[in-house]
Amino acid sequence: MSNTANERIKGAFAGGKAFIPFITCGDPNLGTTKKLVRAAANAGADLIELGIPFSDPTAEGPVIQEANIRALAAGTTTDKVFDLVRDLRKDVTIPLVFMTYANVVFSYGSERFLSTCKEIGIDGVILPDVPFEEKGEFAEICKKYDVAQISLIAPTSENRIAMIAKEAEGFLYIVSSLGVTGTRSEITTDLASIVKVVRENTDIPCAIGFGISNPAQAKKMADISDGAIVGSAIMKIIGKYGEGAVSYVSDYVKEMKDALR
Amino acid sequence: MADKFGRFGVHGGRYIPETLMNAVIELEESYNRYKDDPEFNRELTELLDEYAGRPSRLYYAEKLTRELGGAKIYLKREDLNHTGSHKINNVLGQALLAKKMGKTRLIAETGAGQHGVATATAAALLDMECVVFMGKEDTKRQALNVYRMKLLGATVIPVTSGTATLKDAVSEAMREWTSRIDDTHYCLGSVMGPHPFPTIVRDFQAVISRETKQQILEKEGRLPDAVIACVGGGSNAIGSFYHFIEDKEVRLIGCEAAGRGIDTFETAATINTGRLGIFHGMKSYFCQDEFGQIAPVYSISAGLDYPGIGPEHANLHDTGRAEYVAITDDEAVNAFEYLSRTEGIIPAIESAHAVAYAIKLAPTMDKDKIIVVTVSGRGDKDCAAIARYRGEDIYE
Repeated sequence: MSNTANERIKGAFAGGKAFIPFITCGDPNLGTTKKLVRAAANAGADLIELGIPFSDPTAEGPVIQEANIRALAAGTTTDKVFDLVRDLRKDVTIPLVFMTYANVVFSYGSERFLSTCKEIGIDGVILPDVPFEEKGEFAEICKKYDVAQISLIAPTSENRIAMIAKEAEGFLYIVSSLGVTGTRSEITTDLASIVKVVRENTDIPCAIGFGISNPAQAKKMADISDGAIVGSAIMKIIGKYGEGAVSYVSDYVKEMKDALR
Repeated sequence: MADKFGRFGVHGGRYIPETLMNAVIELEESYNRYKDDPEFNRELTELLDEYAGRPSRLYYAEKLTRELGGAKIYLKREDLNHTGSHKINNVLGQALLAKKMGKTRLIAETGAGQHGVATATAAALLDMECVVFMGKEDTKRQALNVYRMKLLGATVIPVTSGTATLKDAVSEAMREWTSRIDDTHYCLGSVMGPHPFPTIVRDFQAVISRETKQQILEKEGRLPDAVIACVGGGSNAIGSFYHFIEDKEVRLIGCEAAGRGIDTFETAATINTGRLGIFHGMKSYFCQDEFGQIAPVYSISAGLDYPGIGPEHANLHDTGRAEYVAITDDEAVNAFEYLSRTEGIIPAIESAHAVAYAIKLAPTMDKDKIIVVTVSGRGDKDCAAIARYRGEDIYE
């Protein structure tokens, strides 16, 4: 792969609206995660967010909190997640990004963490507890190893949207609603206005996440942006079926991707 | 002092979800506008004096001094404040500020329940709605405080995630704040979390050392040789230290909860066993494993049972200006009983950690030396738990 992380991620949005599933690594175990990621990629996922579990995921609702706890209880560690990605990269070619918390990266040694990301083929990192003002903590190291540091924009960002968009890398993660991750029956934020400001300030793609669970919501969100991100709805399936979740997740991803075509 | 990015040395900052950024920026701007506003300060001083009962006494513990046979021991009696601890100092400040900002609802985390009770009290007084998050484990250890909060009109939400203690209560309060910002102020109870909380809480607690300094100069005509306070997040300790930081001859000693010992996993002594990390909005020292997973800490004291420490303390440790010692459950319980017997003062089990170190330190110092120990809270809330620790099952 000679192109840059930004180009690789942009590629995920090149064939129409992107569907981006999130999967917590190690729930119920890493062997199942391996199957889930391959199944999601084969079912049409354009980019996959791999969650490295954290003991205290403060931006997550109950579903992903529980997934994190199960994954840690199953003995998942950062090193084991790196091994998982090494194996996945034998055949999975779509962009893969890590979603985790600042302390997981910092405590591993930011340089050591991000150089490993480059080595194993991770294209970006999403750290929900690192806002614009603190991204300097990791920015230079991310650049050095060509790992896109993906920023988030929230319904409360208002005057901050342009500033964040101007320095965006990879893609922009637009948070659909107030609160933590989890499914919602309705999304009421004026996302079109947020996307408009984003478009005026960057040509980096933007996808909407938080609260999306069904094809109709995904289509609605993708219509006003470049893609839809779904986490809790998938982790709910995995929470329910455990090792038997692979075919259900595959069907779900296919259904969601079809809604975006 | 923090720089404009909220940094104390390398510590501090604001590591929070984007959703909260404008809220903390608004808080910072409002605080900067009101902190030197004469009317705000007049109102706050009136609340502190007339309602909370300040200034708190600096009491010469003559009997304790005589029995220990060394340095003179003074007790800064924050336990005598309304609601029974130092927590009211910060809460009245933040609640008044929130009110000026047009907020109508206060949310808070609590460990021992003292901060929750103080927040519920201020909310009752200032006609604000109040929701307190408390680890389910702590609601059991501190059932009396749960009842007090409810009596004051607050809603108490038991938190079952994680270890169901203080850190999880903080996480849950943060989650709640991201879902409802417009009318809600997060009344954080310690000198931790994202900037500007460590500075705001420090400023509101600094009243402790401002008074202590004046009182000791009146009584002794000189500064103390050591100031001792217990440290969880560190709000009473930073309040006790703050006006002495520039007085290099005054030793500043924070007492962490060692739980069953710093060589065991059942400890909450962050400086003594933790390492640098990023959690709950700040860079500081945290108890964590090799992959950065936050450790499930333990202390008999629900108020010190926290895996981190405020960023200003972390910096005072780095610069060597303050010392942080570890006190075990056993030492704290012994001090709890000892102070009750010798002085007729039942300290909070949190504060008993500071008393325990004074008991060790005083005999090693000459009789003309002076120690100030902050008794951050009263121990009524702990009686049932200490009785159980001693094998006596009593009903509250």
